[in-house]
Amino acid sequence: MSVHAAIVTSEIRPDAVLARLDDTADGAKLLFLGTVRETNGGRPVSGMRYDAYAEMAEKVLAEIAADVARVAGTDRVAIEHRTGELGLGEISVAIAVATPHRAHAFDACRHAIEEIKSRLPVWKKEHYTDGGDAWLDGTTPDVREAAR
Amino acid sequence: MRINVHFFALYRDLVGTGNLALDVADDATARVAVDELRARGGGFERLPEEPVVAVNLEYARLDRALEDGDELALLPPVAGG
Repeated sequence: MSVHAAIVTSEIRPDAVLARLDDTADGAKLLFLGTVRETNGGRPVSGMRYDAYAEMAEKVLAEIAADVARVAGTDRVAIEHRTGELGLGEISVAIAVATPHRAHAFDACRHAIEEIKSRLPVWKKEHYTDGGDAWLDGTTPDVREAAR
Repeated sequence: MRINVHFFALYRDLVGTGNLALDVADDATARVAVDELRARGGGFERLPEEPVVAVNLEYARLDRALEDGDELALLPPVAGG
């Protein structure tokens, strides 16, 4: 079993992501799904577009998954982030973690989504039902830590 | 020397392209490349003075020395997940 991390362009299947983690040493399996929600600041959303610096995002996501695995003491980590056009309710990111005991799984899953939000080179643009769209404000990665 | 510059999301919308080739001095840093891009005008001046950048798929500081053939990316604040 090895850590799985991928930027994908088609629908994320939660059951398939979880299936990557089968190991009877685990007592806890955790799945986080990020989904497109229907309003943002009261403005109805019709969909969302995710853009990525694909080659760099693959690399950063693999680093995040490896870091999460190391901290949680498991190699059962699977993360997929989707790019392209997504409709309401569709899954943009899936994070699955399996550990022998539940505490590490919760911490690992939380750490993964926080790292994704703080440094994965992905951007999202909301499409509104009134026809407008807007790139969402993001987070400036901490380059002092991340860079040379 | 020649580097390849990539733009994403909001920055791509501002400058009107996803990538271009840029000729810079042999001792240019990422900061120098950004300054030269902003000096072009035509939308490029709307790029921030000190954007987050990546060189060859890794986050880098603006004082990073560039080499011939480097891939420089200007990255808006990230919004994944």
